[in-house]
Amino acid sequence: MRIVVCVKHVPDIQSERALGPDGRVVRDQGDGTLNELDENALEAALALVEEHGGEVVALTVGPDDAVDAVRKGLQMGAEQAVHVLDDGIAGSDVFGTATVLAAAVRRIGADAPVDLVVTGMAGLDGLTSLLPSALAHLLDLPQLTLAAELTVADGAVTVRRELDHASEVLSAPLPALVSVTDQTNDPRYPNFKGIMAARKKPVDVLTLADLGVDPASVGGDAALTEVVEAAPRPARENRVLVNDDGEAGLRLAAWLVENKLV
Amino acid sequence: MTTTLTGPVLVLLDHASTGALRTTVLELLTIARGLGTVHGAWVGAAGTPAAAGPDDATLALLGEHGAEAVHVVDLGPADARLSPVVAEGLTALAAGTGASALLLTSSFENKEVAARVGLAARAGVVVDASGAGVDDQGRVVAAKTVFAGTWNTRCAIRTDLGVVALKANSVQAVPADAATVPAIARLSVAVTEAAGRTSIVEHTERVASDRPALGEAQVVVVGGRGTNGDFSAVEELADVLGGAVGATRVATDEGWIAHDAQIGQTGVTIAPKLYIGAGVSGAVHHRGGMQSSGTIVAVNSDPESPIFEIADYGIVGDLFTVLPQTAAELRRLQG
Repeated sequence: MRIVVCVKHVPDIQSERALGPDGRVVRDQGDGTLNELDENALEAALALVEEHGGEVVALTVGPDDAVDAVRKGLQMGAEQAVHVLDDGIAGSDVFGTATVLAAAVRRIGADAPVDLVVTGMAGLDGLTSLLPSALAHLLDLPQLTLAAELTVADGAVTVRRELDHASEVLSAPLPALVSVTDQTNDPRYPNFKGIMAARKKPVDVLTLADLGVDPASVGGDAALTEVVEAAPRPARENRVLVNDDGEAGLRLAAWLVENKLV
Repeated sequence: MTTTLTGPVLVLLDHASTGALRTTVLELLTIARGLGTVHGAWVGAAGTPAAAGPDDATLALLGEHGAEAVHVVDLGPADARLSPVVAEGLTALAAGTGASALLLTSSFENKEVAARVGLAARAGVVVDASGAGVDDQGRVVAAKTVFAGTWNTRCAIRTDLGVVALKANSVQAVPADAATVPAIARLSVAVTEAAGRTSIVEHTERVASDRPALGEAQVVVVGGRGTNGDFSAVEELADVLGGAVGATRVATDEGWIAHDAQIGQTGVTIAPKLYIGAGVSGAVHHRGGMQSSGTIVAVNSDPESPIFEIADYGIVGDLFTVLPQTAAELRRLQG
């Protein structure tokens, strides 16, 4: 099996995150990390390759330091890494990003067919969860999203997923696109051997021109939405913090009634 | 004078397979009335009681909330539980009606639908929004909190059709000043073979419990690590308040409660009127899923818990003492 895993370099969730005057995420060098859910995506792909044979290609789109995301993929055991790096991509909305990723997957597929594309269920920066469906649409692949469990057998992929009102088992013939949750698996840690091996593996850097993507279709100008206002949320007012003296539960009940919350 | 959109505002009418309307739809209709002329979009799965369209009582309810028309989208034999199939139906409906906006409840399935309608119809999409309006240029503008609820943003949609997925409890549902009698229109859409390539092998709708659904509840009581697996006090208080029970990642990972109760960035995102966290430390992943709650109450024995930084009412104490006391007092006050 040949599996492409889309990974993303995101601002560390524990760091102070902010939006700039342009409405874009402020990205400081050095405080970024591999999107946690993409570790689950890499693990799922690596486990499938261990079971069925084949190779994993880690793919990312982003500025210079985004290469860390695919390097982590190589350290975990991916064979190949692709980094789409082009100033023209900056400010893209999810559709611009999906357009670039789709072109890159096609390019990777031109070397040898891709059986599966795996992504995390969301980027923990924007958290829109829109990318997997958008990418499946552009690549014309069946989509099996939010996989909590994932198996491949007889040329088909099957996933179990939990929705708000139902639980489902989905199946589709390969090639297909799967997005995974943090329930799917426990990602492996890169070991010393993996870290050393990753140093020798190449990271292919591609530009929009390499991919034949029209620069007018991506970037900030092509984005279909724009942030027109952004401000830190004001602190909550009139906050109460008490130590339980044995009657805090009574006072909470009274406070809830007084504030018409019950 | 308020600007309104020229084309209709489509509202996806989420419903159970029985045909029962989800309560979040009434919130969407309330928001939609502020944008322009409200039309409902009903996509009923073939073979379910909902296939033919809303029943008379549902139609009346939609009319009370300002829907002037209801479009029943017939997708033929295609499986209308698949988001690519629903997306093709809604894309055709948006084009056919000249819609200026499409509002959906921000569930995982609907976000998938939104992504595909966005691409197919070249429409800007905002998900997990907490409000929507129209700016003086006639553009759809959505309000949204980002970064685990620490920033408020407003996002303008640059395209003629704007797709906005709104979180449950974004507004209180209110009936329109004057009820309408929605006209029924039917649209048959031939779905592509591609949309149906994924098949649903199993689909089990969760048995409705006596408690409201977590993602839609006005009150949610959440248990975390501090419960040590004993959710009885959490459940008791939830029941007194008529609320839902939620949990942190730790509690679901430990198997203390089912995974569908998990609140957080990778679980359910909630924005109830009242959130009560018991034995919840308030790790950033959890905060991302609940920080837009109206009022936040926290009970934790550890005064250093980060949840106290965002709580409107914090009690440093033992949840097994405080919660039952609160429940008993509320029962007494309510008679």
